[in-house]
Amino acid sequence: MATEILMPALSPTMEEGTLAKWLVKEGDTVKAGDIIAEIETDKATMEFEAVDEGVVGKILIAEGTEGVKVNTPIAVMLEDGESAEDAAPAPAAKTTEAAPAAAPKSAPATAKAPEAPKANTSPDWPEGTEMQTMTVREALNSAMAEEMRRDDTVFIMGEEVAEYQGAYKITQNLLEEFGAKRVIDTPITEHGFAGIGVGASWGGLRPIVEFMTWNFAMQAIDQIINSAAKTLYMSGGQMGSPIVFRGTNGAAARVGAQHSQDYAAWYAQVPGLRVVQPYSAADAKGLLKTAIRDPNPVVFLENEILYGRSFEVPKMDDFTIPFGKAKIWREGTDVTIVSFGIGMTYALEAADKLAEDGISAEVVDLRTLRPMDTDTVIASVMKTNRCVTVEEGWPVASIGNHISAVLMQKAFDYLDAPVINCTGKDVPMPYAANLEKLALTSTQEVIDAVRQVTYR
Amino acid sequence: MVARKSTKKPNVSAEDLKQYYRDMLLIRRFEEKAGQLYGMGLIGGFCHLYIGQEAVVVGLEAAAEEGDRRITTYRDHGHMLACGMDPNGVMAELTGREGGYSRGKGGSMHMFSTEKRFYGGHGIVGANVPLGAGLAFADKYLGNDRVTFTYFGDGAANQGQVYETFNMAALWQLPVIFVIETNQYAMGTSQKRSTSSPDIYTRGQAFGIPGEAVDGMDVLAVKEAGDKAVAHCRSGAGPYILEIKTYRYRGHSMSDPAKYRTREEVQKMREEKDAIEHVRELLVSGGHATEEDLKAIDKEIKDVVNASAEFAKESPEPALEELWTDIIADAAPQNA
Repeated sequence: MATEILMPALSPTMEEGTLAKWLVKEGDTVKAGDIIAEIETDKATMEFEAVDEGVVGKILIAEGTEGVKVNTPIAVMLEDGESAEDAAPAPAAKTTEAAPAAAPKSAPATAKAPEAPKANTSPDWPEGTEMQTMTVREALNSAMAEEMRRDDTVFIMGEEVAEYQGAYKITQNLLEEFGAKRVIDTPITEHGFAGIGVGASWGGLRPIVEFMTWNFAMQAIDQIINSAAKTLYMSGGQMGSPIVFRGTNGAAARVGAQHSQDYAAWYAQVPGLRVVQPYSAADAKGLLKTAIRDPNPVVFLENEILYGRSFEVPKMDDFTIPFGKAKIWREGTDVTIVSFGIGMTYALEAADKLAEDGISAEVVDLRTLRPMDTDTVIASVMKTNRCVTVEEGWPVASIGNHISAVLMQKAFDYLDAPVINCTGKDVPMPYAANLEKLALTSTQEVIDAVRQVTYR
Repeated sequence: MVARKSTKKPNVSAEDLKQYYRDMLLIRRFEEKAGQLYGMGLIGGFCHLYIGQEAVVVGLEAAAEEGDRRITTYRDHGHMLACGMDPNGVMAELTGREGGYSRGKGGSMHMFSTEKRFYGGHGIVGANVPLGAGLAFADKYLGNDRVTFTYFGDGAANQGQVYETFNMAALWQLPVIFVIETNQYAMGTSQKRSTSSPDIYTRGQAFGIPGEAVDGMDVLAVKEAGDKAVAHCRSGAGPYILEIKTYRYRGHSMSDPAKYRTREEVQKMREEKDAIEHVRELLVSGGHATEEDLKAIDKEIKDVVNASAEFAKESPEPALEELWTDIIADAAPQNA
């Protein structure tokens, strides 16, 4: 049967082109792969190959013709025994058949976004649970040890996690208990071991990859985002990446610009990731255990200054905190202060001082940044009508910016003042002690912001 | 090119040889059809064809056993067909339809099959190399003797993470076969212009990883080298490098005008080195198949490929709700 050769699309954006030159003439026999024409696209001149063997019956578009639309018949090929008379141009209807697929329709705006998670105000542990004092460091360590006892496929890898006992001692004693098979010192090669971790998660394991600090994970960010976060989607749900990337995030003290960046807003933007930044020891423990059990890649952002702080942690055999559930640390009526991680220290201190002056602040700890419990924030602001956000990261495209936008869209009529974002300053972190202090946000800045939004 | 080994006495049965012919032909015809559908606007975006390199995956799949894993970069259609994935599902993914392996959400470069142990389909050059070592890490950790074929090109071989991976794979004795498909062009840059030493397999020496060069236009040579590499890895001796010297007949992607090499160069490879023609000659000259037998195989393959194209055209586009699915997997119930 005679087959039409159609004007090909030779680039992702080509809609029409110039049929620059025919390299065959009517009556020529061609094999698959023979170059039959040269076609000028919007980018270059391309050679066009025959896809099947046959005889060139008719050339329908003369060389030199410009503006030939993609899918226009340009020639007719004959099979053995057919004559050129058989090669009458096909009815026009046939060519339009393929046309709709050439111009993919954009999804109509009616496709709905998933509903926001419901606010969850249930207590994190049963009332009356016995408590113990624990540092954040001990909490993280015990979370990993408990999960490694529970599940043989959980292992930890990273720089200095085994014999050195952890650069920040988060993995202390794990090597002794679980052995070198499950507590693995890596070479200094973040890009490589992050990728090996993701591959291992596809192979049936549950890796915990420790970055000595999140600053070094910039070497590995491609594996975190392109390989871990996107694979569930790209595979149509066939395979995800149950892996935890964890380490210290943000400024420590006097370590300079390359060791002091807060990555919360960066990772919180990525669909396919869970992003956690705990403040207290109980949250560090409960959320890390949840992270290790979660079937998705989790970015777990810790803070060096918080490692040594002590908090009350419930004494329970098994204790987890779900993602996407904010915690109200302090109830109040005049303003909502929203923060997470080390930012909570400024938020809580400011609330204490403001209380002395009769200003009642409600303090919300987001705990997880993706999914983010914006319902709890909105509900709080509907009560207080004012909001200040607090974080150590940079001000542009910050977590605070996002919360401000959400409040504007969902609680506009409840706001009595513009939301103020207290953030780190828009500068690389300086080394000098006085400048570093200035570069971070502070309790005083939070107090000033609250006074501004409350007009007091 | 490595000199073609004597193939007077192939080390495989006539049945195997026929199977290689069939498998390579399926890839070639499938890719030709994909090129055609691209030209019709049914396939969009990037589409990297494997034509010319068929002997690499067919030879290595012949060396693989049940349970072995494979992972590759974006020129992945051949790898998927060679490991037994359904041509209909692959073609329908190329057209972005519901019947595709990723339900239309992955595209040409992003398909997976946990059933066939094919782990993608990766678009970032070099990134699949540590991922492949990670799959091998899992097998070693779990205490089985499976191996992972980690394919990448001579272009990817210049990425830093490849050497980070070589180091750890050797250090931890991971059962991974690094398969470097040297097709001589990293997109439009020839190996001469991009690579300081031509024999990439020798780079493993710095890490204590054995390796060898293989004629990638000879499926029997590839199979033989694959057997050796698999035996090495399966014995627990650690990684192995196969640098398979091959050639891609088509452009880097569909929109490549291929001005960096001459038409004569491509034509010469096709005429003198073509891997499918080579097996065809072996079958006919060895009396293992008649022209009629081969014609019947050609017809059978053509039917499979045409059916896949029909399936890919008729399968509906994904439902609009699919935009929002498969982003996050549901967590197991928690106690809090």
